[in-house]
Amino acid sequence: MSENIGKIVGVNGNLITVEFEKPVIQNEVAFALSGDLRLKAEVIRLRGRYAELQVFEDTTGLKEGDRVEFTGDLLAVELGPGLLTQVFDGLQNPLPQLAEQCGFFLQRGKYLEALPRDREWLFTPKVRHGARVTAGEALGAVPEGIFEHRIMVPFGLRGAWTVEEIAAKGPRKVTDVVARLKNEEGETREARLMQTWPVKVPIRAYAERLAPTQPLTTKIRIVDTLFPVARGGTYCIPGPFGAGKTVLQQLTSRYADVDIVIIAACGERAGEVVETLREFPELTDPRTGKSLMERTLIICNTSSMPVAAREASVYTAVTIAEYYRQMGLHALLLADSTSRWAQALREMSGRLEEIPGEEAFPAYLESVIAAFYERGGVVKLKDGSTGSVTIGGTVSPAGGNFEEPVTQSTLKVVGAFHGLSRERSDQRRYPAIHPLESWSKYDGIVKREQVEFARRILRQGNEISQMMKVVGEEGTSIEDFVVYLKAEYLDAVYLQQDAFHEVDAATPAERQQYVFERIHKILKTPLAFENKDAARRFFQRLTQTTRDWNRVAQGTDEFQALEQRIEKMIEEAADYA
Amino acid sequence: MHKVYTHVERIAGNVVTVRATDVSYRELAQIETRYGTSLAQVIRLEGGRVDLQVFAGGRGISTDAKVRFLRHTMQVPFSESLLGRVFTGSGAPRDRGPSIHENLIPIGGPSVNPARRIIPRRMVRTGIPMIDVFNTLVESQKLPVFSVAGEPYNPLLARIALQAEVDIIILGGMGLKHDDYLFFRDLLEEQGALSRSVLFIHTAADPTVECLLAPDISLAVAEQFALQGKRVLVLLTDMTNFADALKEIAITMEQIPSNRGYPGDLYSQLAARYEKAVDFDTAGSITILAVTTMPGDDVTHPVPDNTGYITEGQFYLRNGRIEPFGSLSRLKQLVNSRTREDHRGIMNTMVQLYAAFKETLEKQSMGFRMSAWDSKLLKYGERFEREMMDLSVNIPLEKALDLGWRILADCFDPEETGLPTKLTQKFWPKRADAGAAA
Repeated sequence: MSENIGKIVGVNGNLITVEFEKPVIQNEVAFALSGDLRLKAEVIRLRGRYAELQVFEDTTGLKEGDRVEFTGDLLAVELGPGLLTQVFDGLQNPLPQLAEQCGFFLQRGKYLEALPRDREWLFTPKVRHGARVTAGEALGAVPEGIFEHRIMVPFGLRGAWTVEEIAAKGPRKVTDVVARLKNEEGETREARLMQTWPVKVPIRAYAERLAPTQPLTTKIRIVDTLFPVARGGTYCIPGPFGAGKTVLQQLTSRYADVDIVIIAACGERAGEVVETLREFPELTDPRTGKSLMERTLIICNTSSMPVAAREASVYTAVTIAEYYRQMGLHALLLADSTSRWAQALREMSGRLEEIPGEEAFPAYLESVIAAFYERGGVVKLKDGSTGSVTIGGTVSPAGGNFEEPVTQSTLKVVGAFHGLSRERSDQRRYPAIHPLESWSKYDGIVKREQVEFARRILRQGNEISQMMKVVGEEGTSIEDFVVYLKAEYLDAVYLQQDAFHEVDAATPAERQQYVFERIHKILKTPLAFENKDAARRFFQRLTQTTRDWNRVAQGTDEFQALEQRIEKMIEEAADYA
Repeated sequence: MHKVYTHVERIAGNVVTVRATDVSYRELAQIETRYGTSLAQVIRLEGGRVDLQVFAGGRGISTDAKVRFLRHTMQVPFSESLLGRVFTGSGAPRDRGPSIHENLIPIGGPSVNPARRIIPRRMVRTGIPMIDVFNTLVESQKLPVFSVAGEPYNPLLARIALQAEVDIIILGGMGLKHDDYLFFRDLLEEQGALSRSVLFIHTAADPTVECLLAPDISLAVAEQFALQGKRVLVLLTDMTNFADALKEIAITMEQIPSNRGYPGDLYSQLAARYEKAVDFDTAGSITILAVTTMPGDDVTHPVPDNTGYITEGQFYLRNGRIEPFGSLSRLKQLVNSRTREDHRGIMNTMVQLYAAFKETLEKQSMGFRMSAWDSKLLKYGERFEREMMDLSVNIPLEKALDLGWRILADCFDPEETGLPTKLTQKFWPKRADAGAAA
């Protein structure tokens, strides 16, 4: 293959215009060469003899006349054992290794291999010579931490292939050939431990796509009970700044009941990534007893890192999630925040002088967002097992106003909506998911009618509280006032959860079912009080006791004692007349 | 040896266009006019034409002005001799001292590798209960003060700077009124802190482009001090002026505006500055406190809105007080578990009760009857505002927590506060009429 070289004729921010002679592919990767620097870029528009490229790095120092080398390949990631526990930037450069080589600061034009090349993995073949296989089927496996990492037929191969050669059990490096495949036309292909895949193309080497039905528990009560997420589903968390999006994402990444968690920190603060990075290795995953980091992978393109790589980072993350889904694992992708990615699209669209849509976002924003969320889903693999990719994206709407384009485009395509409200966060009611505005189309872990009843109480309580603002407490009947107090009670002891308390921070599904059953009973019990002050005092005491109950571990004596105390309190106030 | 170009093709606002070859992106140039020389930076290359942003502004530039390219990007000198000095936004001396040329460092350098950052772990004590108790400031935090014109944000900034235990204070002023600049300089001098401070001041009278440079220069110098192991506090006032300067230049460059005329990359531009806040794992740290004035007290305005998403919380300064609602320190949870065990409890409960007090006030203003509970809240709210919120209160954290318990005990019974029973048993002030814990 001869070299394809172009010449820079314009630089505007991270957009460069390049004059070329030989054919160029839309979205192919190129390198801008300046002195010793090699800056990665992607072709995003072609016009006559000119190509426009977005550079994934700071373009300071580029000159007109500098050379650009086209590679002929689309932007791709390396897939293979050794991905888990890593921290990559948006272009899959391992950041800790980069730090070893470059020190405190990121250095542009420095690209490292994503997968360690010298590490050996114990390969065990799963097929024999002569077996017929298709793309995505397992050829063998290597152990990666707590998982069996399937080595699969390259996803890009079409039709059926025959295994000509397969490596014996033994240590192999990621670049070692482990199988040779041949098809009917006589073409041969090699399979290695690792393969590469273009990030913007979904991996579809599975049998069929199924509907998401299994709940994915996060141990956050308001989510699991009221607004559940399903494995293979999609959800979004829009919210104004300071409402707790990131804390919610961090809790989910810690407690979610999935095999693999991929965190895409896209255009957000570096500090948050650092918290995950430094804390996870020390936390144990209750499901496996191993370090939480063993199931985690971080793709981090924080706000001060190059903007163009932000877009790449979400695609890199979802491609890796799809790769693990192909192994029959359940992956959760947490993208924080999709608005920053949309803004990166907007910046580029502005530089390309495209006709702007609403709030200057490009007109194709909606289809890009839809296509991204559609990469989630449950699939049945060719061997009959199932795997899933669940996508949860935060949205940072300008001014906290959900009417803006990114929130609206996202709401159209997701299955659950956890809207955070400024009002609740100001009142320190965390998690600040709004109980009346949020919704979910998935089935949760408690009975539907109980949830419906709780929701009705919340709605009524809200109406009464609105009314009380007009007619005052004295204008409200004691019956209505008690409904209002019940709604407040439900909010205080169940919907609110202390993210920083060791017990209260995570409520397992069984405990949620147990506790919600009790709370549901309390809400149903008719209560009688002499006057409103007595009612308020009763609920204050009940709230405090129930909150104490939330703070003790289930199965302890104290847990039982508090439960009995609550029952007794209800017994005393119950009105069975 | 540098080639001189003398044909300016276009002058629009602060941007001039010349035809030149072998020019690199973001390189500096010197432009000579009848009124003096100014620096300029390359901001676009296109088919042989070079757009330059002139630091001193376009006024007075003739079509035959001499343009000389300098072959390097914007730099700032760095050494210990910066301490105690005052410079302009582009780094020229503003005091009567000599100009410094040693050890030039580039500004706007690359961002820190997230893998080399550490979790912030040290609290910055300020003696202001609304900060120390409710929204603790943490070393390496980036935090804006949201405020409207007329609020005492500069005195607040100065007070935090003087009380915080840091090695170096760097002040970046953007569009500062001249008297505000004098206020900072004189106060730092009076308190003997000028010798550990560096000031980069762009006043409202200076050219707009220099306003863009002030934060970059301040942070580049801060970064160098931090790498030497110093704990640096950077004060930036006012970032809204910085954003407005960005807007002005984007519009002159005919960029498509995204929201209220601001450029689409406002978020990235602000983030590039704020993200310089860092705690290095083997060196010092940079903490950033910045003022963001909200036009029309509107927090949804693009500047405070984008800022809020970038920073780790914010202080709302309103009516001379730091509002407990809306104010937030995202990092407080990292340090307040290690201060005193009642810190978190007091912090949450007092704000929740204060929110209830606000509701009661609303009811009261509509003329509804006050219940016994309402009267308690009214008493509490009044004391909270007077003894905790007032900015003149200056007590250490532990004293402030004790004060919190006292106020609670004077107004409520333990179970009315919703505090964990374990805490009330230990900390509830013992008094004859205060019942034992429920």
